[in-house]
Amino acid sequence: MQQTMGKALNVRGATKTYRTQSGEVHALKDVDLTVRQGEFIAVVGPSGCGKTTLLWSIAGLHRLTSGAIALGEEWITGPHPSIGMMFQEANLLPWRTVRKNIDLPFEIRGHRPEEARIQTLLQRVGLDGFGDKMPRELSGGMQQRASIVRALASDPSVLLMDEPFGALDAFTRDEMNKLVEEIWLEARKTVILITHSIAEAVFLADKVYIMSARPGRIARVVDIPFPRPRSLDLMETREFFDLVNRIKHDIQHQPAALPAMARSGATS
Amino acid sequence: MSETSQAGARIMGATGIASGLGDQGARETAAIVAVALLVIGGAELLLRLFQVPQYILPAPSAIAGVFVSHEIPTILQHYAYTLVELLAGYAIGASIGLALAAVITQFPFVEKVITPYILLLVTTPMLALVPLLILNFGFGFTPRIIAVALASGPMVMINAATGFRRVDTMKIALARSCGASTLQIFTKIRIPMAMPMVIVGLMIGAIFGMITAVGAEMSGGGFGLGSRLTTYSSTLRMPEFFACIVILAVTGITIYAFFFWLGKRLAGWES
Repeated sequence: MQQTMGKALNVRGATKTYRTQSGEVHALKDVDLTVRQGEFIAVVGPSGCGKTTLLWSIAGLHRLTSGAIALGEEWITGPHPSIGMMFQEANLLPWRTVRKNIDLPFEIRGHRPEEARIQTLLQRVGLDGFGDKMPRELSGGMQQRASIVRALASDPSVLLMDEPFGALDAFTRDEMNKLVEEIWLEARKTVILITHSIAEAVFLADKVYIMSARPGRIARVVDIPFPRPRSLDLMETREFFDLVNRIKHDIQHQPAALPAMARSGATS
Repeated sequence: MSETSQAGARIMGATGIASGLGDQGARETAAIVAVALLVIGGAELLLRLFQVPQYILPAPSAIAGVFVSHEIPTILQHYAYTLVELLAGYAIGASIGLALAAVITQFPFVEKVITPYILLLVTTPMLALVPLLILNFGFGFTPRIIAVALASGPMVMINAATGFRRVDTMKIALARSCGASTLQIFTKIRIPMAMPMVIVGLMIGAIFGMITAVGAEMSGGGFGLGSRLTTYSSTLRMPEFFACIVILAVTGITIYAFFFWLGKRLAGWES
């Protein structure tokens, strides 16, 4: 074990079962996951593999059927102030200005917005002077920038990202990935990224967790060896391409190899 | 999200909140004034040309004349009664309607049980109940205020309920991820989401309220603009009759314009 685990995020035996009319659906089954403080991990897998359920459970938005989640010494049983979340398609409230959207978490917690921090973040993501704009006046990429600021404004130690860039075009997406890496290198948050894009996962993460569906479980963990900071040119390299293809192959051919790998992979 | 907001926008469009009365350029304004003058002037001309008797259809000039005649203080006095009934009845009806919509949409089962009765209230012409109300409450303000409340309340409720029923899981999850309480989710997410439909409901309710107030006045009691309409038409005083109609039309347009403005301010994000 590492000497300084800091506030690691631990998921142990996470199981989530939904009851539907056609029977029980195992969205998650015995998922174990450890994310060290400051580590950036990505979770990929086919649709319906339960990756969003996993993330929402960590955010305290879903109750697990069994298993437990802890941040450092603390059990996560509901939304936690040290855990920030970015949603699909920015999820800005369309009736609030950018600035009012960023203030929302503070409003809800009854705190004053951290003015200096918000200004720095707005500048950092290139939204300086856009505070009074309404979300619909911004492009998809700009909306996601605002959503990054909202998630980071209260300085959480963990950032959860739920397929945040899925709706963006390829160029904007690359741009956002670069920005996310830069910000992560500066702030060293613990990050869990859920994505459909294997390239995005490989580009951003230290480790990529591959999930399989029905029941949703961790099938494999792949360490990403590329040094940081990573430039977008990395995506053009042979090594990058090969790694992405290997992961893609793993996702497509996983069922048979599942049980053994799940165990060894998740605890490595 | 985009689906529901589009539906909302469509409803706003259908009731005209999003169209008409917008910011027109100078040329559009000029065209609107020109058409209005043409219609009024044309009516004046035709009615004079064919020597249509005043008791069939008075000319615009004759109607305008009423507004500077001795009759106008009387008309305005009765108009004031109508406004009192409208405002009192609407205040009661709209607030009950809004509160009911906000509460019952949180409890789908209760909503299922109550909705048929609300629909019954929406579809029943409240004017039909006025004679009964008069029988119970006399010829004063009371039966009219009750009728206005009964006409406007269900309209407000049924539209507002449509708004409150809009759920956006992602936005509610966002609020919850920040630790929002049920009340905070209501004030910060559900109410703003419902606002466009709430305003549509308030507008339709106000207009239905006005129609009902005037109709109730026509059923008896001897005061209010509705009773003036009855008096003038039975005595063939058509210019006065139409002057009352003009006042009511202006009131209706004012109600519409007010809620259009309110919609732009409070729910402009959706159009």
